[in-house]
Amino acid sequence: MKIKITVIGALLLLASPSQHTFADWQLNMPRGVTDISRSVFDLHMIIFWICVAIGVLVFGVMFWSIFHHRKSRGAKAKHFHENTFVEVIWTLIPFAILIAMAVPATATLIKMYDTSDADVDIQITGYQWKWRYQYLGENIDFFSNLSTPREQIDNSEAKGENYLLEVDNPLVIPAGKKVRFLITSADVIHSWWVPAFAVKKDAIPGFINESWTRVDEPGIYRGQCTELCGKDHGFMPVVVDVRSAEDYNTWLAQVRAEQAAEAAAAQQELGMEALMQRGEVVYNQACAACHQANGEGLPNVFPGLKNSPIVMGDIAAHIDIVLNGKPGTAMQAFGDQLSAVDLAAVITYERNAWSNNRGDKVEPTEIEKLKAANGQ
Amino acid sequence: MATLSSTDSIAPHHGPARGLSRWLFTTNHKDIGTLYLWFSFLMLLTGGCMALMIRAELFQPGLQLIEPNFFNQMTTMHGLIMVFGAVMPAFVGLANWMLPIMIGAPDMALPRMNNWSFWILPFAFSMLLSTLFMEGGGPNFGWTFYAPLSTTYAPPSVTFFIFAIHMMGISSIMGAINIIATILNLRAPGMTMMKLPLFVWTWLITAFLLIAVMPVLAGVVTMMLMDIHFGTSFFNAAGGGDPVLFQHIFWFFGHPEVYIMILPAFGIISEILPTFARKPLFGYASMVYATASIALLSFIVWVHHMFTVGLPLAGELFFMYATMLIAVPTGVKVFNWVATMFHGSMTFETPMLFAIAFVVLFTIGGFSGLMLAIAPADFQYHDTYFVVAHFHYVLVPGAVFAIIAGVYYWLPKWTGHYYDEKLGKLHFWCSFIGVNLTFFPMHFIGLAGMPRRIPDYALQFADFNMIASIGAFIFGFSQLIFLTVVIKTIRGGLQAPPAVWDEPKGLEWTIPSPAPYHTFSTPPEIK
Ligand code: HEC
Ligand SMILES: [Cu+2]
Repeated sequence: MKIKITVIGALLLLASPSQHTFADWQLNMPRGVTDISRSVFDLHMIIFWICVAIGVLVFGVMFWSIFHHRKSRGAKAKHFHENTFVEVIWTLIPFAILIAMAVPATATLIKMYDTSDADVDIQITGYQWKWRYQYLGENIDFFSNLSTPREQIDNSEAKGENYLLEVDNPLVIPAGKKVRFLITSADVIHSWWVPAFAVKKDAIPGFINESWTRVDEPGIYRGQCTELCGKDHGFMPVVVDVRSAEDYNTWLAQVRAEQAAEAAAAQQELGMEALMQRGEVVYNQACAACHQANGEGLPNVFPGLKNSPIVMGDIAAHIDIVLNGKPGTAMQAFGDQLSAVDLAAVITYERNAWSNNRGDKVEPTEIEKLKAANGQ
Repeated sequence: MATLSSTDSIAPHHGPARGLSRWLFTTNHKDIGTLYLWFSFLMLLTGGCMALMIRAELFQPGLQLIEPNFFNQMTTMHGLIMVFGAVMPAFVGLANWMLPIMIGAPDMALPRMNNWSFWILPFAFSMLLSTLFMEGGGPNFGWTFYAPLSTTYAPPSVTFFIFAIHMMGISSIMGAINIIATILNLRAPGMTMMKLPLFVWTWLITAFLLIAVMPVLAGVVTMMLMDIHFGTSFFNAAGGGDPVLFQHIFWFFGHPEVYIMILPAFGIISEILPTFARKPLFGYASMVYATASIALLSFIVWVHHMFTVGLPLAGELFFMYATMLIAVPTGVKVFNWVATMFHGSMTFETPMLFAIAFVVLFTIGGFSGLMLAIAPADFQYHDTYFVVAHFHYVLVPGAVFAIIAGVYYWLPKWTGHYYDEKLGKLHFWCSFIGVNLTFFPMHFIGLAGMPRRIPDYALQFADFNMIASIGAFIFGFSQLIFLTVVIKTIRGGLQAPPAVWDEPKGLEWTIPSPAPYHTFSTPPEIK
């Protein structure tokens, strides 16, 4: 009875118009937007149809026998139990099909492995739980974080169109150019995947993996981290913004201008209020995943910062752990991840938020000095 | 002859001891088989509850019921418990019950070790489950526990996880030694190797696989232990170690492990289909050779789990070809089963229904496996729900259905009663619908791009996830029907004759039902 009710409930649910406006019933792999992704799609479809054909044949014979050779229809069992000829045939035919399949698969794989002659080189580093993109030779280096608001994840706000597949700073690449990715990790293993490019490569600490793509259509392409990498593995999307050569150059110029502005800001005194304001933003983006927005952490996994000995203690030790991290733990070295302004802001914020009220602050200039001394 | 009669009266071998000590100290293969089977069912329910928690959280997008860190503990524990606690012990239980009877032996070759193999398990799994209540929570790094997530970044309870794995490994290795010793030494006169029932053959080959790879698993967890506590850097890149090495070792164990979970299932199906088709198994010899080739190939395909780690092209190609090759012997098996049914005189009792469902659904899992073997396409499938769909198809309607089929098939022999056929069929249809509703949509969401092991997902995956969750609850709760059937059968039912089915072949059908506590104290004669 219970089961019946569940089944009816399920059918009703299926019949009712879907409550998620953006949900769809995509059944198949996307064809993608690169030569490689189209070759992969073709391979996928060939092997799929081979399986369907074999399935129809085998299950056809089976269901035919089930229907005709049943005792209730008076079928008498025959007693044959081997036949060398058919046994050899049904060993050899699959073998031949497999060889036929291996040829195009090998050709595609060889193409995928050819990372030579790239126009743009980008190093991709996985961190718990964000991606870092460094444009080699361009002096561009930034992090890409999930930008879906916490409220949407907690169901207190309606979910947006690109729920969990949106970031603050997407990777920007030029259309029509061969882009080579050098993929590695700073902590655990991640995996960088963009389905539309058919690029999936593990990001492994201590290794640099290579992969490449050439996208002709400008557009926004979305993917995710696909290797379990800890608590927020489901919350580190990949977004690639492919732009025309012209737009790409404009973007480069814009990023450079922002970098200059940032450097200038690091030379100024900001004062408590400005630091606290910015600090809250930085904290929620870079630290809250582990230490939680309320500063209480996750017991025995990530320490709380509210009333914590380091935050309540000497500021030098506090700055040190944020800049240099703690090797062998999930606490990363933020010295080369955040700008001096952001570092000063977040440290000041931690010292004064959540009734910590230490009342002291650190200015970007001091951080700059420390960073210079560290060689960061 | 006074001495003789007095030894006779105290001789312990006439029946089981009473009370708890019967089960604690038993060296009887039937008792130990029963213990294994009940233990496995308990673990199936435990791991099943975890799966339901996962499916409940994934019913809708957003975080509703559990935190991501706990979600990861659930996926990890679900996998470990189902693999090591439910599927493997169930096959060992069936082996304990049936192997000695099928080969005409009085018991297993090493009965005391047999007792120990079983009794390690409750301790191992209590320890594993207790980690959920420890500071920092239980293992949260997936059942594949890739380093460094499972070493440098693991919760402190990982040490207990490592010891639990060690204990399970010892249990499996002892069980495997016992099975090999039994099959090679205790066959009744005239029971030559090529007369062995296929369930015996597949288990013999499985046991060799176990002995080959369980020590590798023990090795890899020991290396983790060293990294965590003794300052070595096997898997720590910062210390000159190699995280990819972990995956090579793990999958060198892990790939044969998946065949450990399916070869005995092949054996069971090869027993059941001939009985209900009333026709001998087609291609007995080729079945044996196919099983052996699958076992050998299983040692040279492990890298197909690691196509995206960035191996050299030549390695990638080698492992792609080797993996594709496995389709050949596996295909032979499926063709043989179909040929066995062809021109039979079939009836469709519950074991037969589960066996036929096995052939169809396992083959679907085999097809997706063949697709996954194509390395360039695997870059798209890898670590998505497509893989989740694939391995659940081969493990749930594959291994688990075979186990259930075997239980229905031999239950009248064990208890002396026929089970309730109506309830059995109800159980079958609920399971069949539930399992497909759960796992078929996962192919679609995987191809559409949903990664595995995530507690929340983008909106385009919502509909199929909802269907999968509904299916999971149907499948989960239908196992209570199974429990009901088994308990009812133990307590009573239509009396079963020695040959429970319509002229089944095999020694187990020559002894009374229920099977007496001791069988074949004098070996039977095999013609
Ligand atoms: C990936 C998880 C993670 C993130 C993100 C993270 N931390 Fe941490 N943090 C940790 C862990 C784990 C520790 C404890 C290290 C140890 O074992 O001592 C820690 C420790 C600390 C401590 C020392 C606390 C104490 O009293 O021992 C401070 C201060 C700190 N983090 C600040 C930050 C700041 C500022 C940010 C953001 C810029 C941040 N953390 C981001 C994981 C994280
Ligand atoms: Cu990741």
